[in-house]
Amino acid sequence: MIEVQNLTKKFGDFTAVDAISFDVAGGEIFAFLGPNGAGKTTTIKMLTTLLTPTSGTLRIDGLDVSRNPNEVRKRFGIVFQDPSLDGDLTAWENMELHGIFYHMPRKLRIERTEQLLKLFELWERRKEQVKLFSGGMKRRLEIARGLLHTPKILFLDEPTLGLDPQTRNQLWIHVKHLNQTEGVTVFLTTHYMDEADRVAQRIAVIDHGKIVAQGSPNELKRQTETESLEEAFLALTGSTIRDESANVSADQMRAMARMWGNRR
Amino acid sequence: MKVIYILWLRELRRYSRSRAQLIASLGQPLMYLLALGFGLGPVFQKAGQGSYLQFVAPGVIAMTILFSSVFSGIGLLWDRQFGFLKETLVAPVPRIQVMLGRTLGAATVAVLQGCLVTIVCFIAGFRFTHLALSPLALVFMLLIACLFAALGTAIGSMLQNMQGFQLIMNFLVMPIFFLSGALFPLNGLPKVLGFITSLDPLAYGVDGLRSALLARAHFGMAIDVAVLVGVTIVLLIIGSRLFARIQA
Ligand SMILES: Nc1ncnc2c1ncn2[C@@H]1O[C@H](COP(=O)(O)OP(=O)(O)O)[C@@H](O)[C@H]1O
Ligand SMILES: [Mg+2]
Repeated sequence: MIEVQNLTKKFGDFTAVDAISFDVAGGEIFAFLGPNGAGKTTTIKMLTTLLTPTSGTLRIDGLDVSRNPNEVRKRFGIVFQDPSLDGDLTAWENMELHGIFYHMPRKLRIERTEQLLKLFELWERRKEQVKLFSGGMKRRLEIARGLLHTPKILFLDEPTLGLDPQTRNQLWIHVKHLNQTEGVTVFLTTHYMDEADRVAQRIAVIDHGKIVAQGSPNELKRQTETESLEEAFLALTGSTIRDESANVSADQMRAMARMWGNRR
Repeated sequence: MKVIYILWLRELRRYSRSRAQLIASLGQPLMYLLALGFGLGPVFQKAGQGSYLQFVAPGVIAMTILFSSVFSGIGLLWDRQFGFLKETLVAPVPRIQVMLGRTLGAATVAVLQGCLVTIVCFIAGFRFTHLALSPLALVFMLLIACLFAALGTAIGSMLQNMQGFQLIMNFLVMPIFFLSGALFPLNGLPKVLGFITSLDPLAYGVDGLRSALLARAHFGMAIDVAVLVGVTIVLLIIGSRLFARIQA
């Protein structure tokens, strides 16, 4: 369903994704694990036609992503890591817009909107502008919207970040259900190892833009001779903390250096 | 079609929800109308050109439409900032439809704003000399709005952040306004200035409005319509190319 070969993305002279290759079979739940700045979001952006790769090939459902972007777009749904709602519109209107973007029949759109807004406890607030929502409510709406149409592939980029345990549980139950009843292929990234262990059939661990290990959760534990996925993850990626702000300041320093004529 | 409609509706919904902004945006035209209309009135009259308020009102209406449509077009930048752009870019919808929906929405908002300012002008004492031609004035408002909404969308597709925005305002939008003949007659200008104003698309919009509202033409309505439509089409083509290239 997803075929990736030697995929590379460079931002200037910085390589965010470095010649990665992997395949995801139809109907599979595949997790991408990696520390902050590993290149997960960049990979998803290339898979979802938002970024053009520097090199490598990408196929979704047999289609070349760069040649048939619009055909590819018909086949997936996505929950972004970063906000992507229209704050001036109401929750209902955000769902409406999405349903029309995806050419859903009106009746189905209205039914599913109601069902999903109720599931994620936003029904009472559907007529309010989204900018008045709390962070958690916005996140829930992003997820509800991502699940509105039933795509062949669902991309979830750290969907549970900032969610309470109840909603997180709700989400995974729903995603597993979609996977089992409708055969939706799921590509997710997460920071929570227990989640990956619970839902993913196969996992790729990515670090510094490279895939360092691939396999089922049990295979990864066996490979690293560890008991839990968390330990396996640490064994594979080391225990140094890498937060995104560190990356930003490194970028800023590079920019400063350039400004002072130091071409490095 | 439905996609174009819902994106158009989105612009209208956003407009109707920002009342404070709506009122604030009437301040600038009002200032031009009152300060210039009454301030320069006596000089204008002495020069034998008639009432300056009458003369400047179509210019102020055109200015309102210019600013409003360029701003909404550049609203693309806000969508980028707040992330909504990603949602539109991954949707299985030809980018040209997304662009058209936004542009038509921005243009409609600008025309509404132009109508509001027309009412304000009327309250200030402005009178149509040819009531029969007023539907034509509406057509010119729409043409101006479409042209500059297309320009705004094209610019919004190129800019990455708000820093470029000031640059565009100072070096593109303000010159377009000042050189359009919104504030002064285009007859008898020095050759160079006359030539430059003839390159300004807004000059044809202002001229069209003035022809319709006051029966006072410089280029003539036929030329005005031809130029406005032509430039809008070119901008839409350029804009759709730029829009298709956006990466998020
Ligand atoms: N548009 C960009 N320009 C420059 N660098 C970027 C850009 N987007 C991401 N990066 C860098 O690429 C690296 C990978 O980022 P990302 O894919 O967001 O990581 P992850 O999602 O795994 O946390 C980071 O170091 C980030 O700073
Ligand atoms: Mg990320």
